[in-house]
Amino acid sequence: MKHVYEWSAVLAIVLASTTGDVLLSRAMKQVGDVGRLYHQAGLGKVISRIVRNPSFLLGVLAMTVAFYSLLFGLSWGDVSLVAPASASLTFVANAVAAKFFLHERVDHRRWLAALMVATGVFLLAG
Amino acid sequence: MTFRKYLVLAGVTLCAAIGDSLLSRGMKDVGNISLRHFPELILAITNPWVALGILFLLGFFASYMTALSWADLTYVLPATSLGYVLLALIARFLLHEQVTALRWVGILLISGAVGFVTQGPELTRHPPREAHDQDPVSTRSAP
Repeated sequence: MKHVYEWSAVLAIVLASTTGDVLLSRAMKQVGDVGRLYHQAGLGKVISRIVRNPSFLLGVLAMTVAFYSLLFGLSWGDVSLVAPASASLTFVANAVAAKFFLHERVDHRRWLAALMVATGVFLLAG
Repeated sequence: MTFRKYLVLAGVTLCAAIGDSLLSRGMKDVGNISLRHFPELILAITNPWVALGILFLLGFFASYMTALSWADLTYVLPATSLGYVLLALIARFLLHEQVTALRWVGILLISGAVGFVTQGPELTRHPPREAHDQDPVSTRSAP
């Protein structure tokens, strides 16, 4: 039963974290290059555009869900499984989500990089 | 990629690693907090290590959002994953923890991935009409 709780938590963390990253990325593409906008209109305009973007607000909400899922996952299961499994699977899930939801061109270079980082994180944190 | 953009990516990497380390250091002072004593979690920010850690994590969030404004998610995440390596090196050389052979393999894999992904383009260029639909408030076409 413990494994069910642990892997449920990992699934919740990966889903919420990936949703958050995708929404934040979409929000920032809609806002545009922050450096350029800052030089043109100032810091107030940059902050105003970001915090009024619905994708940004939903992204922060999803990240909050991911954070609390991690806390619950760590209280139910072993840190040596929950932390590395969720961190490394999130890298792969982000690559898939970015391809389908953000229409990023995820070529063999980026797939390989995502898999290498996912494996590396698992080895480091495991 | 300009030097300024590499600086932003370095900011994401460094702020996340330093912020996590400072929070970890501070929470060791604060000790265990149960859900029944939840207000103690609010008071934890009065610990100088925790407060400094939160400042660095705010720096991480600002630089992460900045990077996402001009680069793909699938570029930013691997490119900034050196933070995991940094944490392992801090653990080995500052905290004198044991780093096993498997962890060194992990460090090599992450470092290789960073070098690999940063050789490619940072942003997917969409056709103009699609880009306009997705980016109604962008200033990219401004002079």
